[in-house]
Amino acid sequence: MAELLFWPALVFYGEAAVGYLGEVRRPGLPGRAATWGVRLGWLTQTALLGVQAARDDGFPWSTWAGSLNLFVWLVVSAYLIWGCRRPYRLLGLTVMPLAAVLLVVARAGGGIAVGTRSHYSNLFLVLHVGLVLAAFAGFTLAAALSALYLWQERRLKQRAATILRRPVPALATLDALALRTIAWSLPALTLGLAVGAIRLVADGDRVDALVVVTIATWLVWAAYLVLRLAAGWAGRRAAYLALAGFALVIVVRIALPATHFA
Amino acid sequence: MQLVLVGTSHHRASLELRERVALDSEQGAALTARLAEGGGEAVCLSTCNRTELYVVGRDADATERAAVAALAELEPEVESALYRLRDHAAALHLFRVAAGLDSLVPGEGEILGQVRVAYEAGVTGALLDRVFRHALHAGRKVRAQTAIGESPASVSSAAAALAEQVFGDLEGRAVMLVGAGAISEQAARNLISRQARIAFVANRTAERAEELARRLGAEPIPLDRLAEALTGVDVVVSSTSAPGFVLEAASVEGALGQRRGRQLLLVDLAVPRDLDPAIHDLDGCYLYDIDDLEAIVSETLVGRRREAERAETIVSAEAEKFHEWHAGLDVVPAIASLRARAEEIREAELRKADALLGRLDDSQRRAVESITTQIVNKLLHLPTVRMKQAAAAADGVVYAETVRHLFGLGEDSPEGGFDR
Repeated sequence: MAELLFWPALVFYGEAAVGYLGEVRRPGLPGRAATWGVRLGWLTQTALLGVQAARDDGFPWSTWAGSLNLFVWLVVSAYLIWGCRRPYRLLGLTVMPLAAVLLVVARAGGGIAVGTRSHYSNLFLVLHVGLVLAAFAGFTLAAALSALYLWQERRLKQRAATILRRPVPALATLDALALRTIAWSLPALTLGLAVGAIRLVADGDRVDALVVVTIATWLVWAAYLVLRLAAGWAGRRAAYLALAGFALVIVVRIALPATHFA
Repeated sequence: MQLVLVGTSHHRASLELRERVALDSEQGAALTARLAEGGGEAVCLSTCNRTELYVVGRDADATERAAVAALAELEPEVESALYRLRDHAAALHLFRVAAGLDSLVPGEGEILGQVRVAYEAGVTGALLDRVFRHALHAGRKVRAQTAIGESPASVSSAAAALAEQVFGDLEGRAVMLVGAGAISEQAARNLISRQARIAFVANRTAERAEELARRLGAEPIPLDRLAEALTGVDVVVSSTSAPGFVLEAASVEGALGQRRGRQLLLVDLAVPRDLDPAIHDLDGCYLYDIDDLEAIVSETLVGRRREAERAETIVSAEAEKFHEWHAGLDVVPAIASLRARAEEIREAELRKADALLGRLDDSQRRAVESITTQIVNKLLHLPTVRMKQAAAAADGVVYAETVRHLFGLGEDSPEGGFDR
């Protein structure tokens, strides 16, 4: 059943990614079709997660691939908050291809399967994995907002005559939304890491490479907030910092799972 | 009743000539009242680009002559610049006007409001009421279904649209005007219409700065306080006749530290330029000069023209609907007479058969009533539809006359031929 739901979800996300690409070339219908792709894909993936949760005895996304599946769902959920609005459609150009690719990777790693079990308690997994992944989803959205900011800023600097042709959120709006998203995501990451740290100490485990990079990620996002709120950083510099933070999120998600999940 | 349009616009008349035939609301009302005397209808549409009289009368030639004379009274020279349209052509023209397709800048939105005001001030009856309401509907439909009105049509509105690209909602955003001339004021009005606030007016001559600042509710400042004022504003619009830069990049860079990363949009409408082009290279600063803005306006005009083609299709379809309704007016009296005659015959026949029907109970009587009504309706349905179709194809009057003749409509005695 989960396998049956995976394919339509992937097709919808793929259709959305292609639709957003078409929106860049010819705004209008492709963008609307893409938005419906996101909605239907999200609903299908929600059903997929529901099936996994119903079939499993405990928290079904404790494996690396399983957590990637949940991460994709959280990213798309966060995107849906703004993505359906017309000016934000271009945001989908960065979010939806990523979501489609990560969903394929999650399936290849066995993240769509049912019946996986972890020796950790469900409460721990919900708090630790859930909060960290929710924070990462927020950071992903913030990075997409920052990327859109840099793209629009570049067009303004180039004084493109076509600057008014495409509806894109204003620079100040993108800047403020990225800040707000990070301001919500960092506390979630902090709590998620704290729960993990308590468990680590209680079990007498050692700090692995993933934990180190995750703490580095936390530091970058914390620096982002401090620099913005205390040092008056904004605009291009802040956007580049957000992208740097997102690069670490990608490293944590993709490059180091073997260490943490081994 | 026929619809007659007599008027002139920027297509046919110079600005000087249009000024001489322009009418304010009171003059327009007086003129329409005069033209509508004796049960007619009249609407006067007078804007900076056009003066048009829409008049309805029984005799189209006489109505047109009266409208021409009314405009020629204002300025005899205008007569050679007048266009004269009737019925479908006049309605189509009004629909295009309401949609902004006949405007100097295709798709400009102000005209729709002006058409509404003219309609409300006019003396309207069945025909003008219908044509103006339909035109307003067509204008709204064009704006809703095409992007013709979304892009800026002037340099100052392009500047305001750019400010929205940078800041989003302009409500409360502070603007500084450098220069107190007409161009600065026009740009300021455009920004104010989008809820921006004019914070400062800087000018070489203090009196002019004070005068404009008073009108806009801003603070007048001398030019040497520009850099200082930069810390608190979001948009700078400059339009002075100074021979050199009034604002150097170094001054702006000095103010950036106190702006805490807030974006700054600078619009230079002056020739020669007022603002140092190097400002554009500073982080968070976006400087647009007159050439940049004109390039944006030209680009958006291309888009407007593309959308205008779609808008023409919508307007034509709406005008066609109106035409069908209007043409149907020719056959409506014939249809109504035919139905009345049929009903009269049905009732007469029922009365004759009363002796027989007297033996029927109430429900049987109702059934007979219903059956005879249905027979009449079914018999008349196709002729009614065909007459309306013929009316739309311009044969309506012929059909109506034929029906009147064949069924003896308008003749005194209904007993004359039908019930024998």
